[in-house]
Amino acid sequence: MSEHIVPVKVYLTIFLALMVGTVVTVWAAFFDFPWRLNTIIALTIASVKATLVVLYFMHVRYSARLVWVIVASALFWMGILFALTLSDYFTREWLPL
Amino acid sequence: MTESSVAIDHATSHPALQHHFENMEQQREAGTIGMWVFLVTEIMFFGGMFLAYTLYRSYYPAAFAAASNHLDITLGAINTAVLIVSSFTMALAVYGTQVGRTRMQNICLFLTLVLGLTFLGIKAVEYRSKYEDRLIPGRLIPGREFGPQVAEANDTDPHKLHLRDGASVRQVEMFYWIYFAMTGMHALHMVIGAGLLTVILILSLRGRFSPEYHSPVEISGLYWHFVDIVWIFLFPLLYLLGRHVH
Repeated sequence: MSEHIVPVKVYLTIFLALMVGTVVTVWAAFFDFPWRLNTIIALTIASVKATLVVLYFMHVRYSARLVWVIVASALFWMGILFALTLSDYFTREWLPL
Repeated sequence: MTESSVAIDHATSHPALQHHFENMEQQREAGTIGMWVFLVTEIMFFGGMFLAYTLYRSYYPAAFAAASNHLDITLGAINTAVLIVSSFTMALAVYGTQVGRTRMQNICLFLTLVLGLTFLGIKAVEYRSKYEDRLIPGRLIPGREFGPQVAEANDTDPHKLHLRDGASVRQVEMFYWIYFAMTGMHALHMVIGAGLLTVILILSLRGRFSPEYHSPVEISGLYWHFVDIVWIFLFPLLYLLGRHVH
């Protein structure tokens, strides 16, 4: 069987990292950082957590390249959705929303 | 490969091998890829709602902060922990099937299901408190229109809305439309996931899975982890956005 079996220790490490990330994101939420840093910090922590889940819990790190391509294409398409839609709305200052 | 040798291969192959696959490994990979393609459509589906959130949050930051602060951060954080643990137990269940440890596999599948139902129970408690504070948007509940009480300057009643910086009740209602749409759709996915897990658990208890054949468990795991990831983003965006403003 060529299927890669991820050891329990790896799962445990990722799980602990996810819990730590949750604690940090809640704790950081109560501090008033300058500019938009609060949002950036929250989204960065969430992205790191999501990446860990995708790579290890969902085995993408050990999967065929085709799976990597499919995951990357999802992010790419969502990127198009956000980029094109928001660039429309955010250049509409002359219209009341 | 001649037709007869393929036929012989299939005659001696695993009973779960479908006729259009050459071997179990190919079948397993195809199943995984199929589930991932479905998850891509789900990412786009939730992506649209995240886009709506992004847009209206950028237009009504004060109202969104005020509305978010009205959510119960403790319950939200507990729910986040519940889902992360459930993802861990799901990964362990898949591990159990890979190494043939059926007791571990069954216990972990059961725990994942219980944790998922716990999440839904806590969500129900949250929705109930929103109902009581008249924060269900529009006329979703006939006869109980959106109409929260707005707190005066020094009122610290937690059941009232505490507006600031030009936020209006209409803008807060927009937050709650998005909140219920997103968490509601997420909860629906949890219900589907719970149903899926129930079926998988029953099949597992009947001895259907083995190290040679367990792709239904793996694929259900992919779905479950995806629902967890959606919540990992929902929690900070809905519950934490205004906490630093207080």
